[in-house]
Amino acid sequence: MLLGRVIGTVVPAVLVDELTATPLLWVQPLDRDGRAEGDPLVCADGTRMAGPGQMIYWVASREAALALDPWFVPIDDAVVGLVDEVKIDSPEDSS
Amino acid sequence: MILARITGSVVSTIHHPIVQGRKLLVAERLDASGNPTGGYLIAMDTIGAGFGETVLILDEGNGARQILGDPNAPVRSIVVGIVDAVDVETEGRL
Repeated sequence: MLLGRVIGTVVPAVLVDELTATPLLWVQPLDRDGRAEGDPLVCADGTRMAGPGQMIYWVASREAALALDPWFVPIDDAVVGLVDEVKIDSPEDSS
Repeated sequence: MILARITGSVVSTIHHPIVQGRKLLVAERLDASGNPTGGYLIAMDTIGAGFGETVLILDEGNGARQILGDPNAPVRSIVVGIVDAVDVETEGRL
């Protein structure tokens, strides 16, 4: 799983039948410090509660499909949860 | 499996049911010298790993689902061990 930030929602005009019940989000992957890293991707929203500006964590491949209900859907990335806070310990604190 | 160091945790209240009651840790990948490579993972903890510890992480979905005992868990990375020491052979001896 990796961190990401929702930068938009995707509203398709035409979609394969299997994906019509799936909310789609445009997500910018983040590094561990919250900086943008890599290219944006479209994630299905397994929580159905994420929106633009929200930090989330996401999974890819088969795990992405399993995050959805019903789970047997043709997607490759999905939001599993919303991030309230990322706590990072500095090296001095964690001997 | 990969070696990583736990440097943080993720707090999440809205999530998939499999995350309920389980900890998500920020794990930084380590190179052969034990230094961070810059890459990271968010891994699920099942064995009580803590900040600063070097851990063994399984980064494969089917294995993770086997450990969690849930064939439908949307989880790929899971902490499977806490590492005491890693012995590295010097180049001369290899």
